[in-house]
This record gives sequence, C-alpha cells and structure tokens, in this order.
Amino acid sequence: MAESAARTRATPAAERTPGAVAESVRAYRLVVGMWMRSTMAYRASFVMTALGNLAATALDFVTIVLMFSHIHALGGFTLPEIALLYGTASTSFGLADLLAGSLDRLGERVRDGTFDTLLLRPAPVLAQVAADRFALRRLGRVTQGVLVLGWSLPRVDVHWTVVNVALLPVTLLAGAAIFCAVFVAGGAFQFWAGDAAQVQNSVTYGGATLLQYPPGIFSRELLRGVTFVVPLAFVNWLPCLRMLGRPDPLGLPGWVDFAGVPVALLCCALAGVVWRAGVRSYRSTGS
Amino acid sequence: MGGFYAAVVVRGFRRFATYRVATAAGVFTNTVFGLIISYSYIALWDQRPHLGGYTEAQALTYVWVGQGLLAAMAQMGGGFETEMMERINSGAIAVDLYRPADLQGWWLAADLGRAAFQLLGRGVVPIACGALVFDLALPASPLVWLLFAAAVALGTVVSFAIRFLVGLSAFWLLDGAGVVQMTWIVGLFFSGMLLPLNAFPGALGDIAQALPWSAMLQVPADVLLQRRHGADALLALAFEAGWAAVLLAAGRLLQGVATRRVVVHGG
Amino acid sequence: MTQSGEPMIAVEDVEKVFDVRRKAAGRLRRERHRVRAVDGLSFTVPRGEMVGYIGPNGAGKSTTIKMLTGILTPSGGRVLVAGIDPSRDRARLSRRIGVVFGQRTTLWWDLPLRDSYQLVRRMYRIEDARYARNLAACVELLDLGPLLDVPVRQLSLGQRMRGDIAAALLHDPEVLYLDEPTIGLDVVSKAKVRGFLRTVNAERGTTVLLTTHDLTDIETLCSRVMVIDHGRLMYDGGLDGLHAAGDSERTLVVDFARELPPVEVPGARWVRSEGPRQWLAFPAGDSAAPLVAALAARHPLVDLSVREPAIEDVIARMYGAA
Repeated sequence: MAESAARTRATPAAERTPGAVAESVRAYRLVVGMWMRSTMAYRASFVMTALGNLAATALDFVTIVLMFSHIHALGGFTLPEIALLYGTASTSFGLADLLAGSLDRLGERVRDGTFDTLLLRPAPVLAQVAADRFALRRLGRVTQGVLVLGWSLPRVDVHWTVVNVALLPVTLLAGAAIFCAVFVAGGAFQFWAGDAAQVQNSVTYGGATLLQYPPGIFSRELLRGVTFVVPLAFVNWLPCLRMLGRPDPLGLPGWVDFAGVPVALLCCALAGVVWRAGVRSYRSTGS
Repeated sequence: MGGFYAAVVVRGFRRFATYRVATAAGVFTNTVFGLIISYSYIALWDQRPHLGGYTEAQALTYVWVGQGLLAAMAQMGGGFETEMMERINSGAIAVDLYRPADLQGWWLAADLGRAAFQLLGRGVVPIACGALVFDLALPASPLVWLLFAAAVALGTVVSFAIRFLVGLSAFWLLDGAGVVQMTWIVGLFFSGMLLPLNAFPGALGDIAQALPWSAMLQVPADVLLQRRHGADALLALAFEAGWAAVLLAAGRLLQGVATRRVVVHGG
Repeated sequence: MTQSGEPMIAVEDVEKVFDVRRKAAGRLRRERHRVRAVDGLSFTVPRGEMVGYIGPNGAGKSTTIKMLTGILTPSGGRVLVAGIDPSRDRARLSRRIGVVFGQRTTLWWDLPLRDSYQLVRRMYRIEDARYARNLAACVELLDLGPLLDVPVRQLSLGQRMRGDIAAALLHDPEVLYLDEPTIGLDVVSKAKVRGFLRTVNAERGTTVLLTTHDLTDIETLCSRVMVIDHGRLMYDGGLDGLHAAGDSERTLVVDFARELPPVEVPGARWVRSEGPRQWLAFPAGDSAAPLVAALAARHPLVDLSVREPAIEDVIARMYGAA
C-alpha cells in the first residue's frame, strides 16, 4: 500500500512540460480579468482607492525626506542615493505585490473551504491563487517606486556604463521575482500554519522597508541573514552598491553583484518545491 | 447596562486571546520591524544626537513602544472595522441596529477588549526584546507608568473613534478595502510610527502634533519618556480626551445619518 | 475511456486517516489522535445511475466526495472515476466531472451570472457550439433567462443554487457530485432543482452522486441509497429497503375542523394533539392516501401535510433494528 501511495504522489509528466507554464499564464490572465471586471463594478471606489494608494504609499518616502531635513547623509548615503535604494526596492516589491500579493491571504481560503473549489478547476492552482483578489490599486506602489527611482537616477553619481545601464532593469525584475518567491513560499507556509500568516509580513513588507536603507547601518548578523538565509540583499542592495561604486559591508566577492538572476531563479525553484509540498500536505490533511 | 458592556469587553478580550499562534506571529513581526527601524534611527541620531529633543536611548525606546502599541491601536488592521464593513455590505448590520445595545457603544466595548488583549499579548514581548538588544530609557517611577497607561487607554478610544468613522463609510462606499488601507498609512504617518512627530520639520510637526493620530503613539510615548511631565502630562491626557469626545460625537452623528439610510433603503 | 460495462465510480477498500491535534484535559501538550474519517469503504456506481449518499454530520460524506474529485488523497485503497485515479490526475478528471457544493458558490459575486459562465467556457475550453447548446438547455430548464445579466450578489439563494448547478454542467461532465444541493432552498426552488437533475440524468445519462439531509431529494431522484456512518458503509440499496431496515415512520399532520379526542385509524398510530391539530405516525413504506381517505370519511378535514422522517431518525432506527 505504501508503494501505491508513493506512486499516487508522483506528478504526471504532463504537468511539468513547458505547456504547464503557458497554461498557468492563461489561467492567471483569465482569473485576473474576472477580478478586474469585479473591481470595475465599483468604478468610483476603484479610482479613489488607486489614487489614495499612490498618495499613501508615497508617505513612506516623505518620511525619508523628512529625515533629510535634519541631515545630509544617512549611513553615508545622500538622499538621491537612498532614493535609488528606495525606488528599486519599492518597484520590485510593488510588482511582486501586484502579481502575487494575494497569496498572503491563502489561509483565509483554506479556512473557509473555498480553496477546494480552486482545486476542482482544470487550471494550475498556483496561478489561480496568485490571481485571486487581484487588486489593480496596488499599481500605486509600483508607480510611486518608479517615480522615486526616476527622480534619483539623474541625481546619483553613477557612471552609466553599458553594464550599469543593463543592470538596472535586470535588477528590478530579478528583485520582483525574489519577492514573488517569498509570497509563494509564504502562501504555501499557510497550508501548515494558517494562523501564522503574519510572519511573512516581516519578510515582505519588512524586507521592502529594510532595503530602503543602506546596508551599512544594520548589524552584520542581520546582513548575513538577508544575504544567505532569505536572499533579499540580491533584490537591490548588491547591484545598487556596485552602481554607486561602494563596497558592500560583508565584503563578498564582486561577482555576486551580478548574481541577482540566478538567485531569483533559485528562489523561484525552491518556492515551487515548497508550494508543491504545501498542496500535497493540504490534499492529505484537508486543511 | 454597564454590566452588559463590561461583558462585551471581556468577550472581545477572550476572542482575541484564542488566536495564540497569530499572536506569536505578530510579536515576531513587530520585533523584526522594531529591529529595522531601530537601526535606521541609530544612523539618524548618530548624525543629529538630540533630534526632536530625544537622546538616542529615548529614540530607541520610542521605536519599541511604537511596536508594542501598534496592534493595540490596530494601526495595521486587526480591529473591528473590516468586520463592521462586511456586515454593512452583507446587510447584516440591520440586525445589529435592532439590538438593545447602541451600535457605537457595542463596537467600542468589543474593541477595547481586543485592545486590552493586544496590549498584553503583542505589546509586552516586543518591548522586552527591544530592551534586551538596545539600551532603552524606561522610567522607574510607577506614577509615570500610570500616566502612560491612561494615555494609552485614551489613545485606544481615539483610535476606535477614527476607525468607527472609517467603518461607517461602507454605507456609502461598496468596496472598503482601499479606504481601510489608506487610513492605515495616514495613521502610521501622523501617529509618529514612521518618524517621531517632534522630528517633523516646522509647521508640519506642529500640525501633526495637533491631529488626533498623535494620541496613538506620540502623546503616550512623550508621557512615558517624561518629555511631558507634571501638569504638561495632564494637559496631554486632556488633549487626547478632547479628540476622543469630538470623534465619538462625529461617529454618533454619522451613525444617525447612516441608520436613516438603512431604514429608508431597507439595508 | 470507460467501457460501458465498467462502473463509472469504483471505490475499493478506501480509507482516509487524519491526524487531529486535541488538547488533552489537564495536559499542556496537545495530543495527536488518528481519526478514520473513511474506513474501508467499497462501492461502485454504474454509468447513468443516480445515487443518494447520506449519513449524519461528520460521517465521512464530504471526505468521500473530496476523494472522488481528487481534492483529497486517500490514505489507502483505490479510487477510479471515469477510469481516472482522481488524486493522481486531478486536472484531467476535472474536465469529466462537475461539482456543486451547496454551501459555497463558485459564481462571481459582483459580476453578472453570464460572466461566470464565460469563465467556465474559457477555463474548460468548451467549443462555442457546445457551450451555446448547453447554456441554452440550462437556461430553459432552470429558468435562468431573466437572471443572466443580474450580478450574483443580487440573486436569492435558490436562484444562486440554480446558477451554480448550471455552471457545473456547461462542460458536459459524465459525473456530477452534489453536496447538499437543496440546503436552505424554498419549496419552489427545490422542485426546480430536482426536476432539472432528473432531466439531466435521463437525457444525458449523467451519473449523479448526491449528499443531502432532505429525504425528499432521495425519494424523488434516487433509486439507490448509500448510508455512511463513522466512515463505513452501513446500507446500500433501495430507499424502501432503507425504510424497512430502519422501520421508520412518516408523520401525517391533520388539522380537523374542531377539537377531537385522539382518532383511531387502522395503519396509523396517534402521537399527540394540539387543539384541532393531531399528529399520526404511519410506516414510511406505506402510502398516505388510504389513511387520508379513512380520516376524511369520518371527520371534516381543514388541512393536512406529511412530514418525512429526518435522515438522522432513519439512521438511528436502523441501528436500533440491527
């Protein structure tokens, strides 16, 4: 019986083919489309909350500007340099939040039993959950991040070589992918401990806050943690330090500044493994 | 009637006391945020040692008090307002209106019970963690702690009164998620959770200090740090009580308008 | 593909064990308990049959349905639905089955009913002609015409249930699972739902497995009933057999024109009186007609109704008999 159970758990090859990715994207778009139409049922409310979201998330940056009304440099970084960190962190996090932020409410779906209905559809579950409650108003954070980034770029002392120019968009996307992986792993975690959903906020929102500041102001233990355990340092710190021509406080070899993409891929792969384990656990325990 | 509301308070406390894993997770998150903000304040006070009249130890105390009060003041959700909005949207609020208890009083009692639990369950441990890692400027005098407790209690009422207004907005707006989120962020900013209001420059600082959100962190923290002591501390409490009264009255007024709407439209 | 001779649903010695953590009295640590929600269950359902699946709350009904849909993986035994192992090939199976959970809607709350159906069309990749045909059939039989452009949040419970059933049938499933499809519905909606299910079963040959607390659902729809309790199959056969096995009774509630002493009629047993109203119990397998005729011959009647035995009662009596 153990043997047959093991065979039962094996994933059929069809689900792993590249077709599965296309299927996921298709399902994601279908569900997102439904949520956007649902939002538009309350159009006035949407416009107001989207603008409000933009203005409100901007207060984060206003706080930093207020700090700079008293000082010229924080941890040795000028305001435009901090704005570069802030802009890259906010844009990456905002993108991930827009694409997969709903995963942090997976526990609710598990508790009220509606997760079951997602398992009944002929579409990849992860795509359905990521698209669940898709909220276009989250574009506010992305917009705000891009604006701050745009303000900082002409003001920072970066030698815009081909490498640095290419590094910026790659960093934004790799950073978004790392945060997406955190959302997926955090969502999967809720299959086991739905009540502990808050813990992932310390990595997502906490991480986004952390990355707004220069790494040098934090303790080395914290820096090691966000480099080697949850590799948030690759979201923007390491590539931005390279662009700004500053040493990194952990003294890592120079090539790690370009490791964002492989690190992001690794994170996504690990998150995928955790997700599968989470779904499997749900299907054997039923919540 | 007083006994009834006391029972609602106790029920509110108990209800949140059952979420033990969630409480532990919240404490963890508060502690992580406390660490991140502490380091940024150390860098800031390193440049300006007496910014806003705080020493570095006082600034760090401020950070951890802020993390300790965050849940009690429901600054990032967890309060009653989302539930109330859901009840308004689903029409279940009509049932609440026919209860013998007053709508505002009932929710206030339940929210105070919640806040009392959050203060103990989510407040004590982060402050203790902060005190372990950093040198904090916590007072020794029991009188100061007593004043602080009063300031926190009044701050909770102000926090409730604001969120009650937000909750009522669901009578007019069908999708409350955006409004709630905006309230959080405005509240975080003007309570001084992101940066102490005394470090806000010029007129912005004065305005922020005069707004009701300051009752949710800045005022209690200043009482605890003895930046406001003696008669000034009593003045601080009076300031909070004044806002509480004004906002509760506004809530009552709006509740009346909303109730008439329910009666007319049948929910 | 299933050959016509093979059963549509085959459950063989299936079990589902859950680890439940419970706080033991007087101990700080929570103790682990193993709960057998489904315990050595075996049955088959041939193609085109309509089966009632009943049992008390917590008996293992929902767990069984979840294993038959692939939501849950069995702890042991074998499940085959339409020749597919549900836990292994959930996505492939999902195209061949339809599921309706009475308590949870799959419709989109803020959007018109039609939009939910469009999503089903795209997700299941239903060809246009087939979609149009199926939708038209559902709309006609379930009276959905005036509801298609109404946001789901404005529908009544009965309307929403009809909408949900249609959504589960647009892709022509060979098997339909219904978990409490009539719960909370008014009499008219219940009748509509039952009529529709009968038509679908007769015309399309859809195999139907339905759980319910309403014995009338079973009586009007199912030729076969399975009773489950504590995860085991307690009874499998016709409804008459169930009544006989459980020796259950229906109740005739009669409103006489005036207050009477307890009436005596052959084939019925007086239960109680309340003013002019009296309650008479009679064997569930018997027809109420001769009884009513006998009563009407003796006393003027104002009103009468027949109460079905509750499923819990039937099962309780079954245990008493066994």
